[in-house]
Amino acid sequence: MAEEFVNIEINGKPVKARKGEMIIRVTDVNGDYVPRFCYHDKLSVAANCRMCLVEVEKAPKPLPACATPVAEGMKVFTRSPKAIAAQRAVMEFLLINHPLDCPICDQGGECELQDLSMGFGRDFSRFTERKRSVQDENLGPLIATDMTRCIHCTRCIRFTEEIAGVQELGMIGRGEGMKVRTYIEHTVDHELSGNVIDLCPVGALVSKPYRFSARAWEMTAVPLISPHDGVGSNLYGHVLRGKLMRVVPRQNEAINEIWLADRDRFSYEGVYSPERLRRPMIRQGEQWIETDWESALAQAAEGLRAHADSLGVLASASSTLEELYLAGRLARGLGSGNIDCRQRQRDFRDQQADPLFSGLGMRIADVDVLEGLLVVGANLRREVPILAHRVRKAAGRGATVGLLNPAAFPYHFPIAAALESAPARLVGDLAAVLAAALEAAGKSAPEHVAPALAGVQVGEPHRALAAALTHGERRALWLGALALRHPRFADLRSLAAVLAEITGASLGILAEGANGAGAYLAGAVPHREAGGGAAAKPGLTAADMLARPLAAYVLLGSEPWLDAPDSGAERTLAQARCVVAITPFDSDALRSVAHVLLPAGTFAETSGTYVNLEGLWQSQSGAATPVGEARPAWKILRVLGNLLDLSGFEYLSSEQVRDEVAGLCGASSAYTAPRYAGRHRVTTEIAAARVVDVPMYWIDALVRRAASLQRTREGRTPAVTY
Amino acid sequence: MSNEQDTTPESGAAGSALLAAHTRAHIDQWVAKFPPGRQRSACIEALRAAQEQNHGHLTRPLMDAVAEYLRLPPIQVYEVASFYSMFETHPCGRHHVSICTNISCMLNGAEALVAHAERKLGIKLDESTPDGRIFLKEEHECLAACTGAPMMMVDHVFHEHLTAEKLDQILDELK
Repeated sequence: MAEEFVNIEINGKPVKARKGEMIIRVTDVNGDYVPRFCYHDKLSVAANCRMCLVEVEKAPKPLPACATPVAEGMKVFTRSPKAIAAQRAVMEFLLINHPLDCPICDQGGECELQDLSMGFGRDFSRFTERKRSVQDENLGPLIATDMTRCIHCTRCIRFTEEIAGVQELGMIGRGEGMKVRTYIEHTVDHELSGNVIDLCPVGALVSKPYRFSARAWEMTAVPLISPHDGVGSNLYGHVLRGKLMRVVPRQNEAINEIWLADRDRFSYEGVYSPERLRRPMIRQGEQWIETDWESALAQAAEGLRAHADSLGVLASASSTLEELYLAGRLARGLGSGNIDCRQRQRDFRDQQADPLFSGLGMRIADVDVLEGLLVVGANLRREVPILAHRVRKAAGRGATVGLLNPAAFPYHFPIAAALESAPARLVGDLAAVLAAALEAAGKSAPEHVAPALAGVQVGEPHRALAAALTHGERRALWLGALALRHPRFADLRSLAAVLAEITGASLGILAEGANGAGAYLAGAVPHREAGGGAAAKPGLTAADMLARPLAAYVLLGSEPWLDAPDSGAERTLAQARCVVAITPFDSDALRSVAHVLLPAGTFAETSGTYVNLEGLWQSQSGAATPVGEARPAWKILRVLGNLLDLSGFEYLSSEQVRDEVAGLCGASSAYTAPRYAGRHRVTTEIAAARVVDVPMYWIDALVRRAASLQRTREGRTPAVTY
Repeated sequence: MSNEQDTTPESGAAGSALLAAHTRAHIDQWVAKFPPGRQRSACIEALRAAQEQNHGHLTRPLMDAVAEYLRLPPIQVYEVASFYSMFETHPCGRHHVSICTNISCMLNGAEALVAHAERKLGIKLDESTPDGRIFLKEEHECLAACTGAPMMMVDHVFHEHLTAEKLDQILDELK
């Protein structure tokens, strides 16, 4: 449909504007700044701060630019004497009750009220009465409140209602007694709650962990990528004298828009956890001694060389692409194909048929316009909060979402159909959904799944799930972490692939970790070489490496006993002759199994690349100075490669490593990952199955050490086994 | 309009058992006046009925019950209850007496009437008599009956052209 345009004039300049658009959007696009507090691009229009008053010709009074639609021939004046007088008057009202505590306010220097009072306010106040003060609210361990500073813009309230989908904040009272409150003694528990800190134009809602630690103007903003889930949210790390002080979102409309999950925002606390390993250490008998890099690396190299015939590398899927690639080269250079970072996956029967990488199978931004979605085995809000937010947007536009999960997880969007399916029943239930879809489409089952469909009972819930998926044109079927960890993942994927094919849906595998997709390209899985080619001699999977002890292990940012609690890792590793840990973190459990500890930098202290679920390569340079003697892990691996006399380990920069991987991947690393084309024979009989739902703030080593996140309600929730 | 949409607020209301049958009937009647899915519009009337049922003030469980019955986030109900002056969220007397002290009434001796009432009942504005009979509400905005000034509102009924004697009589008749 062709859009209709109207001709208006802004400050005498003729401008074309979309019919029905609000004045403030037009002035923003045309570079005429209108001051505002309550208006926000991503939120509904409230028009309650009145700061954006502008003069409109023929209107008797100044009009709020955020709530006045443009009309043909409209003449808007944003800086006329009348507009300026109105803006100054509003500013004076807003400042009546606002405390003059900027020197002790965390928002100072990045405060919209401060900025606008400089630009649009008076330099004195006529108000001589007493200012009001408001009792603070305890919103939990992440958000600090100073409610006296609140100017009632209601952005936070609109955020919780419109974006978070759970209205947790509201405006209580009226007039001078008005205040923003949660309902009595209720912490804000949403996984996106930290965004209200950014939205708050004043210092009423500020970050609790960051509070009183730095000033906005002394810090340098360094672009970073979030290392926790496959979305690859864009961040700015704010760095002061080499230390990462806080993390804020970096706008990227194709990925995280302007939002950040709390996990991405507050996990930086783990960088300075007391458990950071500060110096290389080696074990001598039962003693741990600190040593220098040279001897630690020499000892590590010696141990690995001695046991090269029985070596396993367990890497965290949130390592950088470069680290994963070098770890893979190291293992293969020593003659071992045993490298894996799929630590929680349990079923590898069909791994030869894996696509180039496990990914979403679509662009993240396109999730917004999905019309039919079936989610199998995913606690979406916990696993990939930003994707869940986009699903909510799609559902708001009428998409039907079906959920096939072991439990009824709380969702913040309308659910078209849901079926609780215990792990033991999951394969059968998915088969029944497939049968229902085949029945609706009048098609017959391909031969490799037909036997599995023969005996299934198709019930109403299965038909409803199939119907939810087949709604509209743009459809997607996702297998989440709970499906990936399922002991019959191969069967689930095979069924899902057929279901996706007959319904025209894209198939997404929500691989865990920030580089779940990158690990495949980097060759950090036992059956794939770097670049995605099949390994000549597939090595052992993570589960196999921990099932029977090998002589030597390299742990790259991985803590298998916590990452995969059901793997028996502690027992197996304790029997190894040499365990080299390249890790940012020390722990008693680690010391009980390791022989050499090499302190590595966290995501904020290293340059590197993350490949997200849509296949997008995002590189960053290091932001903070590594703690103690820690070094970026890619450098540690590089030197280990040199000491082991492996060829081609002469990299000078991580970019060089990345370019080498990119060269190996060629054009095939584009986001359109080839679909799963396997024909795994499915059986639905299953005796018993267990799947662990690892809590959101327990999924990797860094977030486990983020103190404030651990104090949230979610952080105190134990893992659930279904 | 689609009939499939679930507009009956009855669905799964365990906590809303606090609401008496006649309160629910009143709410249902108001919900029916608005388009389906717009039951939030009935919030004021629902709170009014709930307050009446509880003899003059709202409690948190009651507001929660209203929220549950109307399928609204509780905070939205608190917002309404705390905004409007006709809702009391703290225990108070069962008869709400508001003596208008706005300009017309003030010029016609409203302040003396307030002082008289305070003396007679032995309480100040915004307080209730110990027997829970009368609640003297804090100043109200103009009640729009200036022609009959001075005036007051007792439980939604206007009394105009007040004198001290008339005030005594009206207050004495409240049981």
